[in-house]
Amino acid sequence: MKRNPWFATVTVTVALASVASAQDRSILVQSTTSTANSGLYEYVLPMFENATGITVNVVAVGTGQAIRNAQNCDGDVLLVHAKAAEEKFVADGYGTKRTDLMYNDFIIVGPAEDPAKIRGAADAKTALAQIAEARALFASRGDDSGTYKKERALWQAAGIDPSGASGDWYRETGSGMGATLNAGIGMGAYVMTDRATWISFANKQDYTVQFDDDPALFNQYGVIPVNPARCPDVNGTAAQAFTDWLTSSAGQNAIAAYKLADQQLFFPNAPKE
Amino acid sequence: MQSLSDSFLLAISLVFSGDQNLWEIVALSLQVSLSATVLACIVGLPVGALVAMARFRGRGVLLTLMNALMGLPPVVVGLLVYLHLSRSGPMGFLGLLYTPTAMIIAQTILIAPIIAALSRQVLQDLNAEYADQFHSFSLTRGQAGRALLWDGRFALMTVALAGFGRAIAEVGAVMIVGGNIDHLTRVMTTAIALETSKGDLALALALGIILLFLAMSVNAAVQALQQSAGRWAHG
Repeated sequence: MKRNPWFATVTVTVALASVASAQDRSILVQSTTSTANSGLYEYVLPMFENATGITVNVVAVGTGQAIRNAQNCDGDVLLVHAKAAEEKFVADGYGTKRTDLMYNDFIIVGPAEDPAKIRGAADAKTALAQIAEARALFASRGDDSGTYKKERALWQAAGIDPSGASGDWYRETGSGMGATLNAGIGMGAYVMTDRATWISFANKQDYTVQFDDDPALFNQYGVIPVNPARCPDVNGTAAQAFTDWLTSSAGQNAIAAYKLADQQLFFPNAPKE
Repeated sequence: MQSLSDSFLLAISLVFSGDQNLWEIVALSLQVSLSATVLACIVGLPVGALVAMARFRGRGVLLTLMNALMGLPPVVVGLLVYLHLSRSGPMGFLGLLYTPTAMIIAQTILIAPIIAALSRQVLQDLNAEYADQFHSFSLTRGQAGRALLWDGRFALMTVALAGFGRAIAEVGAVMIVGGNIDHLTRVMTTAIALETSKGDLALALALGIILLFLAMSVNAAVQALQQSAGRWAHG
């Protein structure tokens, strides 16, 4: 038998990637997508990294998945927007402490012709009731995200259960915010989204904000270090340093200074020390 | 609506702009998918050769299983690997989740069945031709297997390319186990998914075009190797 040079060369060229994470000077943030997709992290994280030398890696998924990943100890910090779920996360011992970080608001976007005439509706629940009444298409996240939880709460406030119309005028995409916007715009449906995602979204076509400015659409973001007592492998010190920086005046000013298309996307509201 | 030609121009300008981020992502895509292909060949080719030559009870069931596993959904592979590599999982202590290594593991699991099943088919046909010769030389099964793999090497390169094509194109598994972390685990497909979710369809498509050229280059390189090696062999 002749030696087999091909397989020999191939076997020696196998090189597994080095394990780049799990270092003392880096943390992993389990985050909601809006803060990542809007470019906020790219703006504020270098400031934190320069100040502390701690590298911040971000996994951007829906709030529900972010919370589950953090519950599995696969992250050092949780940054999401579903206050009730966040408080449960801390109460169950997965996080050390939840702190209000910043806010913006949800909006309902729709096609220019506004088929359900929700522009100028009295409040969000009236707008939704009009959409249901007109049986106008509405694209919902249909997942476990903070946006979806908020949307379902608003339907409940309107006294409507859209589940019965699922697949009819109520379309649950089961996808992220961006994918749901793409789908909704593709089918001419109303979509509820956070304002930061909308401002940074590039495929708006003829869509505009059809309803906003209702206190019920308030969108609060919170930050929670994952509990080292529960997850021994988390980088508790660096996670706390990151949380402290975000809620300090330096971090809060950085958040307020981030603008896209001349608009401020997130409004810091961490409690003053 | 952006047109295909806009994206094509954008792809060209991205390539020639020397965008550091782009090359980082391209390099990681190649590193992950080529490593997975090599590992899957190391596992899959011997399995394919063994099953091609052996006759045993339950072989039909095994063949069905091997062929069915070619259709493993990447998301399912990603989930399984996530559950094992998660800090709360059995192999969490390794700290591999959200690293390129985790992505290589997932893609290896995804394409090893493809390599095994396709090489089994190729080598079984070859074995039928050579069985008498193997017998007359009274080769051991290991020697016969090596002879088969060597003589089938050109067809097996195409098998490896099929595996590589599946690996470089999948997004479901690397998204879950890699996390699409900027400068750490972002590859071409997860970058395309990200730009799509940001509504930047032109950029997403431009990245898709670059990915296509990447896959074409790898295929062309292997084809050139096949041809020059073929000439050399038949010199």
